[in-house]
Amino acid sequence: MLFRCPHCGDRDHTEFSYLREFDPDAADDTQFRHVYLRRNEIGAHREIWQHVYGCRTVFVLERDTVTHAVHG
Amino acid sequence: MASQPWRLASGGAIDRTRTLRFTFDGRELQGHPGDTLASALLANGVRLVARSFKYHRPRGIFGCGPEEPNALVRLRRAGRAEPNTRSTMIELFEGLEAESQNRHPSLEFDFAAVGQWLAPLTPPGFYYKTFMWPRGGWPFYGHWLRRLGGMGTAGRLPDPDRYDQRYAHCDVLVVGSGPAGLAAAQAALGAGASVMLVDERDALGGHLLHAQARIDGAPASKWIAASEARLAAHPKVRILRRATAFGCYDHGHVALLERVADHLPAPRPNQPRQRLWNVRARRIVVAAGAIERPIVFNDNDRPGIMLASAARAYVNRYAVAPGRNPIVYTNNDSAYAAALDLARVGIRVRALLDSRAAVAPRLSAAMQQAGIELRTGCVVSGVRGARAVEDVLLDGGKSLDCDALFVSGGWNPSVHLLCHLGARPRYDEAIHSVKPATLPPGFHVAGGAAGSLSLARALDEGWRAGREAAAACGCTDESGTAPRTEAEEPCGAEPLWDIPRAARDGKAFVDLQNDVTYRDIELAHRENFRSVEHLKRLTALGMGTDQGKTSNVNGLAIMARLRGEAIDAVGTTAFRPPYTPVAFGALAGRERGEHLIPVRRTPLHAWHLAHGALMTSAGHWMRPRAYLRPGESFDGAWQRETRAVRGAVGICDVSTLGKIDVQGPDALELLERVYCNGLRSLQVGRARYGLMLREDGMVLDDGTTSRIGEQHYFITTTTANAARVLQHLEYYAQMVWPELRVHVASVSDQWGQIAAAGPRSRDLLARVVSRGQVDEAALPFLGVVDAAIGPVPVRIFRISYSGELAYEIAVPSRNTETVWSALLGAGLEVTPYGLEALGTLRIEKGHVAGGELDGRTTPADLGLGRMVSRTKRFVGARMLGRVALADPQRRALVGLEPLDGKSLIRAGAQLVEPGERTPPVAMLGHVSSATYSPTLGRPIALGLLAGAASRMGRTLVAAAPLLNEAVEVKVVSPAFYDPEGLRMKPT
Repeated sequence: MLFRCPHCGDRDHTEFSYLREFDPDAADDTQFRHVYLRRNEIGAHREIWQHVYGCRTVFVLERDTVTHAVHG
Repeated sequence: MASQPWRLASGGAIDRTRTLRFTFDGRELQGHPGDTLASALLANGVRLVARSFKYHRPRGIFGCGPEEPNALVRLRRAGRAEPNTRSTMIELFEGLEAESQNRHPSLEFDFAAVGQWLAPLTPPGFYYKTFMWPRGGWPFYGHWLRRLGGMGTAGRLPDPDRYDQRYAHCDVLVVGSGPAGLAAAQAALGAGASVMLVDERDALGGHLLHAQARIDGAPASKWIAASEARLAAHPKVRILRRATAFGCYDHGHVALLERVADHLPAPRPNQPRQRLWNVRARRIVVAAGAIERPIVFNDNDRPGIMLASAARAYVNRYAVAPGRNPIVYTNNDSAYAAALDLARVGIRVRALLDSRAAVAPRLSAAMQQAGIELRTGCVVSGVRGARAVEDVLLDGGKSLDCDALFVSGGWNPSVHLLCHLGARPRYDEAIHSVKPATLPPGFHVAGGAAGSLSLARALDEGWRAGREAAAACGCTDESGTAPRTEAEEPCGAEPLWDIPRAARDGKAFVDLQNDVTYRDIELAHRENFRSVEHLKRLTALGMGTDQGKTSNVNGLAIMARLRGEAIDAVGTTAFRPPYTPVAFGALAGRERGEHLIPVRRTPLHAWHLAHGALMTSAGHWMRPRAYLRPGESFDGAWQRETRAVRGAVGICDVSTLGKIDVQGPDALELLERVYCNGLRSLQVGRARYGLMLREDGMVLDDGTTSRIGEQHYFITTTTANAARVLQHLEYYAQMVWPELRVHVASVSDQWGQIAAAGPRSRDLLARVVSRGQVDEAALPFLGVVDAAIGPVPVRIFRISYSGELAYEIAVPSRNTETVWSALLGAGLEVTPYGLEALGTLRIEKGHVAGGELDGRTTPADLGLGRMVSRTKRFVGARMLGRVALADPQRRALVGLEPLDGKSLIRAGAQLVEPGERTPPVAMLGHVSSATYSPTLGRPIALGLLAGAASRMGRTLVAAAPLLNEAVEVKVVSPAFYDPEGLRMKPT
């Protein structure tokens, strides 16, 4: 797969490290869900990745879990 | 016997001026450059080349390319021995050694061939059934089945060859260099695109190499040569021969295996054997051609039976007669060309049998002109002959004698690469096979792979696909013209799925490689394995090295008939990479042995090695366990080192600690939010021990935070968690609180770090510092100063892991050894100590490390609950407040001592009540770290124990049942040595 790093542009996915699902409304009273539950969507899925073998930028990437289509 | 008796007197693309010697099963044979092993074996009259997978039936050469299901051999010897290589793809070289496989003891006399008479007892899936019945039978059957069934055996010696990996990028990747591929490559180049053209054979041309055709008014070979010259001369083109595109992956990634040196006796010096290419192409044109389909009838696996296209290839390209009295059997027009090519070189074709009731007049006229008897409406039910085909049996009872039978059941497009990304091909009534229905993004298909089975269409589609692919890359120049050939009639196949009644009870093979017969598919259907995926798993249809290249469509069609449904309704099995087998060596590339995982060495590595250090790996790091003096034992060494620290002074290389620089106006704010302990009161020039928690409230890591300047902090992490902690900080700084003005950078590699510990450590430092003060006033406990040792600027932290008066000296990496040597040369007796002493010192103090920071412990579990701030918010605070985490029955840190004062306690042992022996025994806790304490003169250990407070002083058993060990232990405070901490802060 090719991921688009906001800083470096298109790079092979092996340069990136998956951190976690993107959780736009993490708050104290939703901590349990935020820490333990995963949505594991079929289709468009927002994830946090880091360009660990590059500039180390942490960013949100939308990846389709069925087609592997990626939107930076 | 004359050499190569089956070689034709002239023709072919072989070099007759040179002779190559090779052996097959030890027999010395000859061939020519340009031969494959298969063509050379045929030239020498070798028909029996293999025994089959399950029944050990005699098998010959069936195809002429990657589809070959039968003629697999073990090639080369010793470390280079490679089983299951397809003789049709091996280019002959001088001294080639090949052996047949799966025969006991020899190809001619295979005892295991009795297996075919046992066939009624061994239907598909029978060995799965032995799992269930007879009870206990599987180990017995398993042993013999694994020996008798199967393919070649892998070598056990290390592979002496090198494998390389490369990356490449291009606008248009063209897979296959037949007419469609060559046209596509030229069209794309003409439009201005950069092009990569790959072909699995040693020469470009695809099936044109095997045929007689004309393009642009000249023989095809001229067009191929001109095309190749044009492409090769252009700087935007890369041509790879002997390179198989074996897998298509997301976003234009195609993996290729280039067989760089497989056509040589051995790779040349500095040459890899194979090279794995990872290609990133913006568009991909698949012009992989089509593979001829066999026909199912009784004993259709006998040596001498071959695909008609293969027979044609052997005659035209290799100048070998695959038979002297052959019969051609077909359901379509393409085999007529093969029959004519055979006749043209003087082979008397006994007859051409066509299953169709009528054929086009031009075909019958051509047969008449060539003197070949044409029988239409003729179906073959089987053959006679055990080691080789002798007679063809026609449905209806007649027979015809022959020495070879060339079959063509139509053509199957090579759709594999188009399906690796998940697309399933659809059955197409026009070609009676499956072809791509939808293309993955970025893909184009042309020619045989698209189901277009004529040269004119292949050229036309190839050219168009090349233009379209280039246009998609923004290249729209219009140079060059599409190649032309005379219009051809369509292939005109008629389905031949009905198996003659007479063949239904015999051995009519659908999958030659896996010995799957028509009856096996019938049985699968009867047992309700009706889905094609179930059929595949039960019978192994379409598995193995050829992945059903010749068998899949026949299998689908038969299952459809049995189910009484249309073939399209039955569906197809998934096509997965690799297209053809790939050696593990190629996938591993150079990342093998010591290159598999990088090794990290500290700046003092060379010194350690030169001074008797026994090294060990700690994660990626190499660290000294202890420094052995001449004649000293390992235990003697680390115990001496431990005593030296307690009694005088020792120094230890702690460069492997993670070191992170945190700077910016909001540096303190970030650290306040990620450490559970307060840092606001930390003054410049002071250090503090701290804990970071995960979101779930468990301890992530411990270390020290030092304030170097107003907005400048320096933190250390454990060796093991250095990368994780950095990532943790980066995640919060960049994603969660991007408004914080703070930079986080790893400086682990920029700083070497040396611990100096022991009652005389201050004397030692005082002797070596050339700038700065280390007395109590200038550098109190948990103080930090900038100083210099000799010419080297250093940062000295007064922190203690050992519990003694101690310092850690951070040194610019490249000067670490200078400082280390200065410490050793200061005139005191300074003892270097290793990991073993370091561990013992901290266990004596009850300090936690990896064994206790196991991701299941909270600060309170570790006896560090008082560090947790009650007044601020920090990562993990919310979840740390969960009621269950305050349960006194949670496992918490304790010390353990053997009751007898001498038995060693095993790390990892379970803590149980004494006297409990019969499972299930309640496991109350476990031993997390253990050592012998030279200071106390007895073994000690740390453990995590449920209800620690209530069990203090009690006797438990540390049990390691797998080692049959049980030691009675007493539960004590984890602070074994100097519990008041007076030694760290001498007055």
